[in-house]
Amino acid sequence: MKDTMTKSYFEVMRAGINTTFQDLGRKNLYHIGIPFSGAMDNRNFILANAIAENKENIPVIEFAYQGPLLRFKGEKVNFNITGNVSFNLIKKEEQIEGNCYQNYTLEDGDQLDILSTNKSVYGYLAISGNFDVQFQWNSCSINTKANIGANDGKKIEKDQLIRILDSHSCNSIRKLEYINSKIENIRVIKGTNFNYFSDESKKTFFEKNFTVTKLTDRMGMRLEGPKIENIVDTNIKSEGIIKGVIQVPADGNPIIMLSDHGTIGGYPKIGVIISADYDKLVQITPGSKIKFKLVELLEAETLFKLYNMETQNILNKLK
Amino acid sequence: MIKNISNLGDAALYCDFGSKVNKEINSKVIQCFKNIKEKNIEGITNITPSYNKLIISFDLKFTNFINLKKKIENLELKEFVNTKNDIIKIPICCDKKFALDINRLEKILKISEDKILETFFSKEYYCYMTGFIAGHPFLGDTDESLRAKRLETPRVKIPKGSVGLTEQFCNIYTFESPGGWNIIGNTPINVFDKTNEIKPNLINPGDTVIFNQISKDEHERHYD
Repeated sequence: MKDTMTKSYFEVMRAGINTTFQDLGRKNLYHIGIPFSGAMDNRNFILANAIAENKENIPVIEFAYQGPLLRFKGEKVNFNITGNVSFNLIKKEEQIEGNCYQNYTLEDGDQLDILSTNKSVYGYLAISGNFDVQFQWNSCSINTKANIGANDGKKIEKDQLIRILDSHSCNSIRKLEYINSKIENIRVIKGTNFNYFSDESKKTFFEKNFTVTKLTDRMGMRLEGPKIENIVDTNIKSEGIIKGVIQVPADGNPIIMLSDHGTIGGYPKIGVIISADYDKLVQITPGSKIKFKLVELLEAETLFKLYNMETQNILNKLK
Repeated sequence: MIKNISNLGDAALYCDFGSKVNKEINSKVIQCFKNIKEKNIEGITNITPSYNKLIISFDLKFTNFINLKKKIENLELKEFVNTKNDIIKIPICCDKKFALDINRLEKILKISEDKILETFFSKEYYCYMTGFIAGHPFLGDTDESLRAKRLETPRVKIPKGSVGLTEQFCNIYTFESPGGWNIIGNTPINVFDKTNEIKPNLINPGDTVIFNQISKDEHERHYD
């Protein structure tokens, strides 16, 4: 234990689903087989730290569908939750129904019950301060596949303690008016194997709906819909992939690579999700329909600039 | 000079070195990888060498496709002549307990188990690339008599340490993982060490791997 550590901690009374520590992830390790990882929804991660008055890349707790139930012990600490999340702050005398994008104060004995993400997948819990977590390759991000990152690379579990290393107080209420807007279409650039697919399937890919299946996690999103017909070869020589790549294996059902993806893949790539739409893509729940829209590279670059400006505008409102 | 660069999405470069897979082309890919890595070009977030491709991903906040493409195209490539590649010995146990697909291979290849193993152990293998899962090496080339396709239905779980064959390649599963390669044995050696941040991979691209056969007892003793 470090000297600077506070005596404050969370006791995990319910772990929630896929509850992990995440930050911006780790770079320059694809060549040894380690993906970026990091918070799935980058904007909501950044907002959580901004509301907490933390630096940009401070570890937060990410959860999917259902969040954890935590009992807080120790000195006061502020927290906020981002995403589209229902949660209650249970105090000795009262129960407060929480709002996202607003800071609250936890006192000794309080419980934080993160009930669910609404019509979305991921939510984030940030405290004003630091969790006591290990870093590997400069990131705490948990990759449960290779057991890399904080918590020995494993999901947060019931009954464990989450220690708080240090915290800083901010007395003012920090609050954002922000709504996670829905997206009509997910925009896509043609992939490097676009011509492996039949003309009919190339059209279908951008005209028909696909359903997000339950076989979706931090590694990838499996889709079902009209079968995409390959007319060249259903395998390619294995090569590097990046997040957002849409591979189509022999069964004709597209798979989108997400933040914990395998770094090398051998299926043809029909397209790649544009960077500006990634945060919205990962929030689409299983059972929902998605439709792809084809854009050119220059348009994708402009859309990313807009996305980035929008994030900055939201952050400026906090100042 | 790196030619044939296209975009993979809006945040990656796709450098194509042709469709052939051999040591010569792969060495070029690795040379380019080392050159680009050494230059520390702003905005690059990852460089992934594979058999005959090099994927360079970047942060759109700092650069874009056209700018980075120019930089990469005009890069002067120097030879890394002094880079020493390691020779790594990997013990494998081919007991029935581990050799999940040896009978399948006997049928497909129409040669006996003994002959398969004798042929497999008689060669040295070159590491083309690492990845898919952390530390996982893609090795080659296996003898032509040992070349079989992947399983039609991949396994959901392949045990950690499994050694598999497909086409002209062999591999080592560094973690329990799904996969479709033909499993012929298992190594008790840790091929990926997450506690070693400088050199987590035992086997790196360009290295040579020599497999040697061990008994079930020796395999067990290795796990302490």
